[in-house]
Amino acid sequence: MLSALLGKKVGMTQVYDDAGKLHPVTVVQAGPCTVLQVKTSETDGYNAVQIGYDEVKVHRAMKPQIGHAAKADAKPQKFMREIRLADAEGAEAGAKLTVDVFEEVQYVDVVGVSKGKGFAGGMKRHHFGGMSASHGTKRQHRRGGSINGHGTNLGTGPKPKKGKRMPGHMGHAKCTSRNHSLVGVDKENNLLLIKGPIPGANGGYVVVRRSKTAKVKA
Amino acid sequence: MSQELLNKAAAGSMKTETPKFSVGDTVQVHVRIVEGDKERVQMFSGTVIGKKGSGITETFTVRRIVNNEGVERVFPMHSPKVADVEVIRRGKARRAKLYFLRDRVGKATRLKEIREPSKKEKAAAAKTAAKKAAEAEDAAAEAEAQPAEAVAEKV
Repeated sequence: MLSALLGKKVGMTQVYDDAGKLHPVTVVQAGPCTVLQVKTSETDGYNAVQIGYDEVKVHRAMKPQIGHAAKADAKPQKFMREIRLADAEGAEAGAKLTVDVFEEVQYVDVVGVSKGKGFAGGMKRHHFGGMSASHGTKRQHRRGGSINGHGTNLGTGPKPKKGKRMPGHMGHAKCTSRNHSLVGVDKENNLLLIKGPIPGANGGYVVVRRSKTAKVKA
Repeated sequence: MSQELLNKAAAGSMKTETPKFSVGDTVQVHVRIVEGDKERVQMFSGTVIGKKGSGITETFTVRRIVNNEGVERVFPMHSPKVADVEVIRRGKARRAKLYFLRDRVGKATRLKEIREPSKKEKAAAAKTAAKKAAEAEDAAAEAEAQPAEAVAEKV
Protein backbone atom coordinates (compact mmCIF):
# COMPACT_ATOMS: atom_id res chain seq x y z
CA MET A 1 0.00 0.00 0.00
CA LEU A 2 0.86 3.65 0.04
CA SER A 3 3.85 4.58 2.14
CA ALA A 4 4.47 8.21 1.30
CA LEU A 5 3.47 11.46 2.92
CA LEU A 6 3.82 15.17 2.37
CA GLY A 7 5.28 17.32 5.08
CA LYS A 8 7.26 20.29 6.20
CA LYS A 9 10.90 20.32 7.20
CA VAL A 10 11.09 21.55 10.80
CA GLY A 11 14.83 21.47 11.45
CA MET A 12 17.61 19.30 12.77
CA THR A 13 18.33 17.94 16.23
CA GLN A 14 19.77 14.78 17.73
CA VAL A 15 18.33 11.73 19.48
CA TYR A 16 19.73 8.71 21.30
CA ASP A 17 18.68 5.20 20.34
CA ASP A 18 18.21 2.29 22.73
CA ALA A 19 21.88 1.36 22.49
CA GLY A 20 22.87 4.86 23.60
CA LYS A 21 24.09 5.92 20.16
CA LEU A 22 23.56 9.51 19.11
CA HIS A 23 21.91 10.12 15.74
CA PRO A 24 21.70 13.44 13.90
CA VAL A 25 18.11 13.68 12.66
CA THR A 26 15.98 16.00 10.59
CA VAL A 27 12.51 16.47 12.00
CA VAL A 28 9.72 16.49 9.42
CA GLN A 29 6.16 17.31 10.31
CA ALA A 30 4.37 14.88 8.01
CA GLY A 31 0.65 14.77 7.50
CA PRO A 32 -2.13 14.43 8.19
CA CYS A 33 -2.59 14.33 4.43
CA THR A 34 -5.89 14.10 2.60
CA VAL A 35 -6.46 11.91 -0.44
CA LEU A 36 -7.93 14.32 -3.00
CA GLN A 37 -8.25 12.01 -5.97
CA VAL A 38 -7.73 8.38 -6.86
CA LYS A 39 -6.47 7.59 -10.34
CA THR A 40 -6.89 4.11 -11.74
CA SER A 41 -5.63 2.44 -14.89
CA GLU A 42 -9.20 2.24 -16.22
CA THR A 43 -9.85 5.96 -15.97
CA ASP A 44 -6.40 7.51 -16.23
CA GLY A 45 -4.14 4.82 -17.64
CA TYR A 46 -2.14 4.43 -14.40
CA ASN A 47 -2.70 3.94 -10.70
CA ALA A 48 -2.01 6.77 -8.31
CA VAL A 49 -3.43 8.86 -5.52
CA GLN A 50 -3.27 12.61 -5.31
CA ILE A 51 -2.64 13.72 -1.74
CA GLY A 52 -2.64 17.20 -0.24
CA TYR A 53 -1.09 18.78 2.83
CA ASP A 54 -1.55 22.08 4.66
CA GLU A 55 -5.07 23.42 4.36
CA VAL A 56 -5.75 26.79 2.76
CA LYS A 57 -8.56 28.95 4.06
CA VAL A 58 -11.47 28.74 1.61
CA HIS A 59 -11.67 32.49 1.10
CA ARG A 60 -8.02 32.55 0.05
CA ALA A 61 -8.26 29.65 -2.40
CA MET A 62 -9.21 29.81 -6.06
CA LYS A 63 -12.47 28.34 -7.31
CA PRO A 64 -10.96 25.41 -9.22
CA GLN A 65 -8.98 24.44 -6.12
CA ILE A 66 -12.08 24.58 -3.95
CA GLY A 67 -14.09 22.55 -6.43
CA HIS A 68 -11.40 19.93 -6.84
CA ALA A 69 -11.04 19.48 -3.09
CA ALA A 70 -14.80 19.47 -2.57
CA LYS A 71 -15.07 16.32 -4.68
CA ALA A 72 -13.14 14.56 -1.93
CA ASP A 73 -15.11 16.35 0.81
CA ALA A 74 -11.97 18.25 1.78
CA LYS A 75 -10.69 21.78 2.08
CA PRO A 76 -8.31 23.17 -0.56
CA GLN A 77 -4.69 22.23 0.11
CA LYS A 78 -1.49 24.20 -0.28
CA PHE A 79 0.85 21.39 -1.29
CA MET A 80 -0.36 18.58 -3.54
CA ARG A 81 1.50 15.66 -5.09
CA GLU A 82 0.65 12.46 -6.90
CA ILE A 83 1.97 9.19 -5.56
CA ARG A 84 2.09 6.25 -7.97
CA LEU A 85 0.75 2.94 -6.74
CA ALA A 86 1.01 -0.61 -8.03
CA ASP A 87 -2.75 -0.89 -7.67
CA ALA A 88 -5.23 1.66 -6.41
CA GLU A 89 -7.36 -0.83 -4.52
CA GLY A 90 -8.35 0.33 -1.08
CA ALA A 91 -7.55 3.95 -1.80
CA GLU A 92 -10.47 6.27 -1.22
CA ALA A 93 -10.86 9.97 -1.89
CA GLY A 94 -11.26 11.97 1.29
CA ALA A 95 -9.26 9.52 3.42
CA LYS A 96 -6.80 10.94 5.96
CA LEU A 97 -3.24 9.67 6.01
CA THR A 98 -1.06 10.00 9.08
CA VAL A 99 2.47 8.93 10.01
CA ASP A 100 1.02 5.47 10.67
CA VAL A 101 1.77 4.66 7.02
CA PHE A 102 5.47 4.58 7.97
CA GLU A 103 5.09 1.81 10.47
CA GLU A 104 7.73 -0.86 9.80
CA VAL A 105 9.41 1.34 7.20
CA GLN A 106 13.18 1.36 7.75
CA TYR A 107 14.49 3.61 5.01
CA VAL A 108 12.99 6.63 3.27
CA ASP A 109 13.71 8.90 0.33
CA VAL A 110 13.03 12.61 0.67
CA VAL A 111 12.14 14.86 -2.27
CA GLY A 112 12.40 18.59 -1.72
CA VAL A 113 13.53 21.83 -3.28
CA SER A 114 17.16 22.64 -2.51
CA LYS A 115 18.26 25.99 -1.12
CA GLY A 116 18.95 28.55 -3.84
CA LYS A 117 22.60 29.59 -4.21
CA GLY A 118 22.16 32.25 -6.89
CA PHE A 119 24.59 32.57 -9.79
CA ALA A 120 27.48 30.34 -8.81
CA GLY A 121 30.87 29.74 -10.40
CA GLY A 122 32.16 26.45 -11.67
CA MET A 123 34.14 25.64 -8.56
CA LYS A 124 31.09 25.81 -6.32
CA ARG A 125 28.55 24.51 -8.82
CA HIS A 126 30.44 21.60 -10.40
CA HIS A 127 33.41 21.16 -8.07
CA PHE A 128 35.93 22.35 -10.64
CA GLY A 129 39.49 22.42 -9.40
CA GLY A 130 40.21 26.02 -10.31
CA MET A 131 43.62 27.11 -11.42
CA SER A 132 47.00 27.31 -9.85
CA ALA A 133 47.57 29.90 -7.17
CA SER A 134 51.03 30.66 -8.54
CA HIS A 135 53.26 29.74 -11.51
CA GLY A 136 52.32 32.90 -13.32
CA THR A 137 48.53 32.56 -13.03
CA LYS A 138 46.99 35.99 -13.37
CA ARG A 139 43.49 36.89 -12.17
CA GLN A 140 41.96 33.54 -13.13
CA HIS A 141 42.34 31.41 -10.04
CA ARG A 142 38.68 30.34 -9.89
CA ARG A 143 37.96 30.05 -13.61
CA GLY A 144 36.87 26.87 -15.33
CA GLY A 145 39.51 26.90 -18.05
CA SER A 146 39.00 26.23 -21.74
CA ILE A 147 35.50 25.32 -22.91
CA ASN A 148 36.34 24.24 -26.44
CA GLY A 149 38.96 24.43 -29.12
CA HIS A 150 38.95 24.98 -32.83
CA GLY A 151 37.98 21.44 -33.69
CA THR A 152 35.34 20.57 -31.18
CA ASN A 153 34.26 17.03 -30.55
CA LEU A 154 30.71 17.97 -31.49
CA GLY A 155 31.89 18.07 -35.06
CA THR A 156 29.90 21.17 -35.94
CA GLY A 157 32.54 23.81 -35.77
CA PRO A 158 33.93 25.94 -32.99
CA LYS A 159 31.08 25.89 -30.49
CA PRO A 160 31.12 24.53 -26.96
CA LYS A 161 29.60 21.09 -26.58
CA LYS A 162 25.96 20.98 -25.49
CA GLY A 163 25.67 20.53 -21.73
CA LYS A 164 29.19 21.83 -21.07
CA ARG A 165 29.41 22.55 -17.37
CA MET A 166 29.74 26.26 -16.75
CA PRO A 167 28.86 28.87 -14.15
CA GLY A 168 25.16 29.55 -13.74
CA HIS A 169 22.20 29.42 -11.43
CA MET A 170 22.61 26.88 -8.65
CA GLY A 171 20.11 25.41 -6.24
CA HIS A 172 16.38 25.98 -5.90
CA ALA A 173 15.81 22.83 -7.92
CA LYS A 174 14.02 19.59 -7.19
CA CYS A 175 16.35 17.35 -5.27
CA THR A 176 15.96 13.78 -4.05
CA SER A 177 17.97 12.49 -1.15
CA ARG A 178 17.89 8.71 -0.89
CA ASN A 179 18.25 5.96 1.68
CA HIS A 180 17.83 7.84 4.92
CA SER A 181 17.16 5.54 7.82
CA LEU A 182 13.96 6.38 9.63
CA VAL A 183 15.07 6.77 13.22
CA GLY A 184 11.72 7.46 14.84
CA VAL A 185 8.03 8.17 14.33
CA ASP A 186 6.17 10.44 16.74
CA LYS A 187 2.48 9.69 16.25
CA GLU A 188 1.33 12.21 18.81
CA ASN A 189 2.87 15.21 17.04
CA ASN A 190 2.93 13.76 13.49
CA LEU A 191 6.71 13.89 13.35
CA LEU A 192 9.18 11.79 11.40
CA LEU A 193 12.80 11.64 12.56
CA ILE A 194 14.93 11.09 9.48
CA LYS A 195 18.64 10.47 9.83
CA GLY A 196 20.90 13.08 8.28
CA PRO A 197 20.22 16.30 6.41
CA ILE A 198 17.49 16.61 3.75
CA PRO A 199 17.08 19.10 0.89
CA GLY A 200 15.66 22.57 1.40
CA ALA A 201 15.33 25.19 4.05
CA ASN A 202 13.45 24.81 7.32
CA GLY A 203 9.75 25.22 6.67
CA GLY A 204 10.05 23.91 3.11
CA TYR A 205 7.67 21.30 1.75
CA VAL A 206 8.98 17.79 1.19
CA VAL A 207 7.71 14.42 0.01
CA VAL A 208 8.78 11.51 2.18
CA ARG A 209 8.36 8.03 0.72
CA ARG A 210 9.51 4.51 1.42
CA SER A 211 12.96 4.15 -0.07
CA LYS A 212 13.00 2.67 -3.55
CA THR A 213 16.66 1.72 -3.48
CA ALA A 214 17.72 0.88 0.09
CA LYS A 215 18.54 -2.74 0.80
CA VAL A 216 16.49 -3.56 3.87
CA LYS A 217 18.11 -5.97 6.25
CA ALA A 218 15.73 -8.80 7.05
CA MET B 1 6.66 26.87 16.78
CA SER B 2 9.35 24.94 14.96
CA GLN B 3 11.67 25.11 17.96
CA GLU B 4 8.86 23.69 20.07
CA LEU B 5 8.51 20.77 17.69
CA LEU B 6 12.26 20.16 17.75
CA ASN B 7 12.19 20.10 21.53
CA LYS B 8 9.33 17.62 21.43
CA ALA B 9 11.24 15.41 19.03
CA ALA B 10 14.32 15.38 21.27
CA ALA B 11 12.38 15.16 24.54
CA GLY B 12 12.37 11.37 24.46
CA SER B 13 16.13 11.11 24.61
CA MET B 14 16.74 13.80 27.22
CA LYS B 15 17.28 13.08 30.88
CA THR B 16 14.59 14.46 33.15
CA GLU B 17 17.22 15.32 35.73
CA THR B 18 20.73 16.24 34.74
CA PRO B 19 23.55 15.78 37.23
CA LYS B 20 24.23 18.92 39.27
CA PHE B 21 27.76 20.30 39.20
CA SER B 22 29.45 23.46 38.08
CA VAL B 23 32.60 24.53 36.29
CA GLY B 24 35.64 24.14 38.51
CA ASP B 25 34.34 21.11 40.37
CA THR B 26 36.38 17.96 40.61
CA VAL B 27 34.06 15.20 39.51
CA GLN B 28 33.95 11.48 38.92
CA VAL B 29 32.03 10.58 35.78
CA HIS B 30 30.49 7.12 35.74
CA VAL B 31 30.62 5.87 32.15
CA ARG B 32 28.71 2.79 31.06
CA ILE B 33 30.76 0.51 28.83
CA VAL B 34 29.29 -2.44 26.96
CA GLU B 35 31.68 -5.29 26.17
CA GLY B 36 29.95 -8.07 24.30
CA ASP B 37 26.80 -8.55 26.32
CA LYS B 38 28.36 -7.45 29.60
CA GLU B 39 27.99 -3.95 30.90
CA ARG B 40 30.31 -2.31 33.40
CA VAL B 41 30.90 1.17 34.75
CA GLN B 42 34.20 2.96 34.25
CA MET B 43 35.23 6.07 36.16
CA PHE B 44 36.82 9.17 34.75
CA SER B 45 37.74 11.76 37.32
CA GLY B 46 39.06 15.24 36.76
CA THR B 47 38.21 18.93 36.79
CA VAL B 48 35.25 20.31 34.85
CA ILE B 49 36.79 23.04 32.68
CA GLY B 50 33.71 24.02 30.72
CA LYS B 51 30.11 23.45 29.80
CA LYS B 52 28.84 24.03 26.30
CA GLY B 53 25.55 24.01 24.40
CA SER B 54 22.00 23.74 25.58
CA GLY B 55 19.17 21.24 25.44
CA ILE B 56 20.11 17.87 24.06
CA THR B 57 23.40 19.15 22.63
CA GLU B 58 24.76 20.18 26.03
CA THR B 59 28.24 18.82 26.79
CA PHE B 60 30.86 19.25 29.48
CA THR B 61 34.63 18.84 29.37
CA VAL B 62 36.60 17.06 32.08
CA ARG B 63 40.37 17.47 32.28
CA ARG B 64 42.86 15.35 34.17
CA ILE B 65 46.54 14.52 34.01
CA VAL B 66 47.50 10.96 33.10
CA ASN B 67 51.19 10.01 33.02
CA ASN B 68 52.22 13.66 32.82
CA GLU B 69 49.96 14.13 29.83
CA GLY B 70 46.83 16.25 29.93
CA VAL B 71 43.70 14.32 28.93
CA GLU B 72 40.40 16.00 28.19
CA ARG B 73 37.16 14.16 27.62
CA VAL B 74 33.95 15.72 26.37
CA PHE B 75 30.77 14.11 27.65
CA PRO B 76 27.27 14.75 26.30
CA MET B 77 25.14 15.72 29.28
CA HIS B 78 22.15 13.66 28.17
CA SER B 79 23.96 10.56 26.96
CA PRO B 80 22.62 7.37 28.53
CA LYS B 81 26.25 6.25 28.71
CA VAL B 82 26.96 8.92 31.30
CA ALA B 83 25.37 7.13 34.24
CA ASP B 84 26.25 9.60 36.97
CA VAL B 85 28.45 12.55 37.79
CA GLU B 86 29.71 12.59 41.34
CA VAL B 87 31.09 15.82 42.79
CA ILE B 88 34.18 15.09 44.85
CA ARG B 89 35.32 18.62 45.55
CA ARG B 90 33.77 21.95 44.71
CA GLY B 91 36.18 24.39 43.18
CA LYS B 92 35.96 28.15 42.97
CA ALA B 93 35.96 29.39 39.38
CA ARG B 94 35.64 33.02 38.36
CA ARG B 95 35.10 32.30 34.67
CA ALA B 96 32.94 29.95 32.62
CA LYS B 97 35.77 28.24 30.75
CA LEU B 98 38.91 27.21 32.60
CA TYR B 99 41.09 26.83 29.53
CA PHE B 100 43.94 28.55 31.38
CA LEU B 101 44.44 25.31 33.28
CA ARG B 102 45.84 23.81 30.07
CA ASP B 103 48.95 25.94 30.44
CA ARG B 104 49.48 25.01 34.06
CA VAL B 105 51.33 22.09 35.51
CA GLY B 106 51.37 20.46 38.94
CA LYS B 107 50.29 22.43 41.99
CA ALA B 108 49.25 25.42 39.88
CA THR B 109 46.31 23.46 38.48
CA ARG B 110 44.57 23.42 41.85
CA LEU B 111 41.52 25.59 42.36
CA LYS B 112 40.41 27.12 45.62
CA GLU B 113 37.85 24.91 47.28
CA ILE B 114 34.34 26.08 48.11
CA ARG B 115 33.81 24.42 51.45
CA GLU B 116 30.42 23.52 52.77
CA PRO B 117 30.26 24.67 56.40
CA SER B 118 30.69 21.78 58.83
CA LYS B 119 28.03 20.85 61.43
CA LYS B 120 29.85 22.71 64.18
CA GLU B 121 30.15 25.86 62.09
CA LYS B 122 26.52 25.63 61.06
CA ALA B 123 25.41 25.41 64.67
CA ALA B 124 27.56 28.41 65.61
CA ALA B 125 26.18 30.44 62.71
CA ALA B 126 22.62 29.58 63.72
CA LYS B 127 23.32 30.67 67.30
CA THR B 128 24.66 34.09 66.31
CA ALA B 129 21.79 34.59 63.88
CA ALA B 130 19.26 33.83 66.62
CA LYS B 131 21.00 36.26 68.96
CA LYS B 132 20.94 39.01 66.35
CA ALA B 133 17.26 38.39 65.62
CA ALA B 134 16.40 38.61 69.31
CA GLU B 135 18.29 41.91 69.63
CA ALA B 136 16.50 43.31 66.61
CA GLU B 137 13.16 42.31 68.11
CA ASP B 138 13.95 44.11 71.34
CA ALA B 139 14.96 47.23 69.46
CA ALA B 140 11.76 47.15 67.45
CA ALA B 141 9.64 46.76 70.58
CA GLU B 142 11.38 49.75 72.18
CA ALA B 143 10.87 51.86 69.06
CA GLU B 144 7.17 51.02 69.10
CA ALA B 145 6.77 51.84 72.76
CA GLN B 146 8.42 55.29 72.53
CA PRO B 147 6.06 57.04 70.07
CA ALA B 148 3.09 55.74 72.04
CA GLU B 149 4.42 57.49 75.18
CA ALA B 150 5.04 60.66 73.23
CA VAL B 151 1.45 60.73 72.04
CA ALA B 152 0.20 60.16 75.58
CA GLU B 153 2.18 63.12 76.87
CA LYS B 154 0.75 65.40 74.25
CA VAL B 155 -2.78 64.46 75.19
